Amino acid sequence: MTAPYVLTVNGTERTVEDAWLGESLLYVLRERLGLPGSKSGCEQGECGSCSVEVDGELVCSCLVLAASATGTAITTVEGLQPERSDFTDVQQAFVDEGAVQCGFCTPGLVMAVHDLLNRTSEPSDLEVREAISGNLCRCTGYGRVFAAVEAAVAVRRGVVS
Amino acid sequence: MSTVDDKTVDDKTVDDATAAGARTGRGALGVDAPRPDGGPKVRGEFAFSGDLWADDMVWGATLRSPHASARIRSIDVSAALALPGVTTVVTADDVPGSKYYGLEHRDQPVFAWEQVRYAGEPVAAVAADHPETARRALAAIVVDYEVTPPVLDPEEALTAPDLHPDGNTFRRLLINKGDPTARGPVVVEGTYELGMQDQAFMGPEAGLASPAEDGGIDLIVSTQWLHNDRDQIAEALGLPPDKVRLTLGGVGGAFGGREDVSLQIHASLLAQRAGRPVKMVYSREESFLGHVHRHPGRLWMRHSADADGTIVSYEARIVLDGGAYRSSSYHVVANAACFSAGPYNTPNAVVEGLGVRTNNPPCGAMRGFGAVQVCFAHEAQMDELADACGIDRVELRLRNAMAPGDTLLTGQVVDGALPVAEVIRATAALPLPEPLAADPSASDPMGRPGGAGRTTDHGDVVRGTGFAVGFKNLMYAEGYDDDSHASCHLEGGIVTVTCAAAEVGQGFVTLCQQIGREVLGVDDVVVAPADTAIGSAGSTSASRQTWMSGGAVEKACRSVRAQVLTGVAGAHGAEEADLDLVGGRVVARSGAVPVDVALADLTADRAFSDSVRFQHRTTYPLDADGQGDAHVSVACAAHRAVVDVDPELGLVRVVQIATAQDVGKVLNPTAAIGQVEGGIAQGVGLAVMEEMLLVEGRPRNPSFTDYLIPTALDVPDVLIDWIEVPEPEAPFGAKGIGEPPVISSTPAVVAAIRAATGRPLVRVPVRPADIVGLDG
Repeated sequence: MTAPYVLTVNGTERTVEDAWLGESLLYVLRERLGLPGSKSGCEQGECGSCSVEVDGELVCSCLVLAASATGTAITTVEGLQPERSDFTDVQQAFVDEGAVQCGFCTPGLVMAVHDLLNRTSEPSDLEVREAISGNLCRCTGYGRVFAAVEAAVAVRRGVVS
Repeated sequence: MSTVDDKTVDDKTVDDATAAGARTGRGALGVDAPRPDGGPKVRGEFAFSGDLWADDMVWGATLRSPHASARIRSIDVSAALALPGVTTVVTADDVPGSKYYGLEHRDQPVFAWEQVRYAGEPVAAVAADHPETARRALAAIVVDYEVTPPVLDPEEALTAPDLHPDGNTFRRLLINKGDPTARGPVVVEGTYELGMQDQAFMGPEAGLASPAEDGGIDLIVSTQWLHNDRDQIAEALGLPPDKVRLTLGGVGGAFGGREDVSLQIHASLLAQRAGRPVKMVYSREESFLGHVHRHPGRLWMRHSADADGTIVSYEARIVLDGGAYRSSSYHVVANAACFSAGPYNTPNAVVEGLGVRTNNPPCGAMRGFGAVQVCFAHEAQMDELADACGIDRVELRLRNAMAPGDTLLTGQVVDGALPVAEVIRATAALPLPEPLAADPSASDPMGRPGGAGRTTDHGDVVRGTGFAVGFKNLMYAEGYDDDSHASCHLEGGIVTVTCAAAEVGQGFVTLCQQIGREVLGVDDVVVAPADTAIGSAGSTSASRQTWMSGGAVEKACRSVRAQVLTGVAGAHGAEEADLDLVGGRVVARSGAVPVDVALADLTADRAFSDSVRFQHRTTYPLDADGQGDAHVSVACAAHRAVVDVDPELGLVRVVQIATAQDVGKVLNPTAAIGQVEGGIAQGVGLAVMEEMLLVEGRPRNPSFTDYLIPTALDVPDVLIDWIEVPEPEAPFGAKGIGEPPVISSTPAVVAAIRAATGRPLVRVPVRPADIVGLDG
């Protein structure tokens, strides 16, 4: 067991105690901090289901050693829209456009699309595809995910509300 | 989207469904309805089975054989048990009840004891305080194996010594139809192969088993069939079925891979032994090892036809590698054989279907269930036949297309909807993509074959187009007593629907709400958790839940509706026929007596409810010639693929897939699109990238780094046309829609690559070496 350490998650300082040093950020979020929204789909950074932001950068939390993330600002899917029963524009678009089926990849995709739209307001078709190509989805074939991104872009441009 | 008009059907249920949305403010049948679990899923709040947690919980893990074939001399668990933090270790010796389990036939050991028959077979399991402790405990278990030569080739297995007391042939099904000597002047013949595809659902197997005070087990788990799991667990644990209670945990996709038991018995046994809750979550590697795959196949087919392309005879030999245990191989063989000629009139046929036991990983259900393998072969044959006859490939398919009243290979007359010619014509009529740009600067390298590798020069790209048609049965077959149970309860104005059908992502929970709104005219329908407290709903497979459990939910809701109308009519002296349920109220549509009663008031201190059982028509076993009315219904689809290929590098980009599908009736347009797009992605995956590679029977690529599934850069644009010809016996006229998209999309893509390259490409997935020509 390692000494206690502190992670700043969704704006709150959280102390991690009695942990094994080898635990990934994903494991600590899910099993120690009560934040199971980030999913474990491959444990090797291929599927993107565990995507979180560390200091504003999109990362696979399965590849980050939790104890190495001290002193950073971590945002998980639970931190995107803290108000229960409310959604971000991207989350709303996923619901409205049928981008959710089993939903296991959804939190990671929502994180990736937020990251994309924070970088560029009008992504091209290929930019969208590339931006979410690190997020595997087995249910949707991505078609309704593309539709959700398009809808969220339109909302941000003020085309529709 | 466009819809082909149907002028032949006058079905009141369908008319009711067409008026969807008028009854309530929210999505009833026929229009988009939001998923009730959509909000929690986008917020990360939806509880998947791997997200569960209990006080005093420990972690379970499985030890698996590294060998495809070996005798077990001894197992020593003492070092594992001595590790600090290890709660319990179990082997076959600790299984109190049946030491065998299996989806349809109990032939698979819960834990291997004397013999292991595939690489990945469970040998022991541990429970410990931390996943890492559990992994170390597995490493501390000493198994003394005497490795023996595995039998890996199904043809060899047919004549090899028995690998199992049940023998090496899961099923040999012969179909003889018509005149076996009939021959047409044009003959085409080919041999085709398919690699092993994995379901690769995103949420690995997971569950939480808790020992109950009554000596039973409570298990929350991701599965496709709660009740079948329950029965297998109860047998293995030596418990009566009612002491094993299952609740569906959030399921991260399934596609057939959760029909068989994976960790259910292991977790329950560990919990029983430990006296503590046990959580098990597979890693991706263990998920690949721990569930069945799509059968690899080798298929020989020979067709003969008249000069005008009319099929005269068909012969086939279909060999499917079932791996070490039976799973659903028996019925996969039946599906493969019964639908192996495709949706084409085939008057004379001789078919041999074989499912064989080997020392490869077990194979069983995956979306398409036997129809995928044969469609790849029969569609290659159709192209060959058209070319040999000198007629257009689409025209040849139209010339032979089945229609209602025609017979399957089994002699069964199709008496429901079967719009084969319609799906072909509609698919062919969908627009093609823009042609390849003449100007290289107009082409983004990311969009070329090879994508992010940016390796393909614009000038090297060759475009090809391919066409394919497929069909498959809906629901179980061959006399299986299929049913589904559901209940509906109306109280306080709230409708609650209960059904054990597994929601695996397809949207059954949305359909439940739509049916409740449609039948009872209310906005709010609560879908209760799926568990074993109610009767079985059968499996979420075989494209059957919309029909079977949708039918059960409709029947329960209609019973409640009838009770309400009878009660209100009696209380008001009105005629039942004059009353309707609209907007949460009982109102008089006609008649002399005005009625307007809010359901909330009516049910403020009383309830209406019913529990029902729903069944489809009776089916019958096949006779010695493979003849009989074995199937309930069939559905078809056509796919046209456009691909860009770099023939020098062997790279492919699937640009567009157009499809028209026989759906009976669209109940939720957006959900239906999602099923079609998702199925096509899996078909594209089988065509160009997905294969479980085996070396000496060992999976070589059990990870998402090495087993590739399509990413957002790999999927084509998809154009869809619905062919809505209501199925007379189906609730709402709707056919299951999940499987056809995955059946003929694969052969369409391969046909397109053949068109672009001129290569024969008789095996999927098509590898770069096959395109370049390094395959000899």
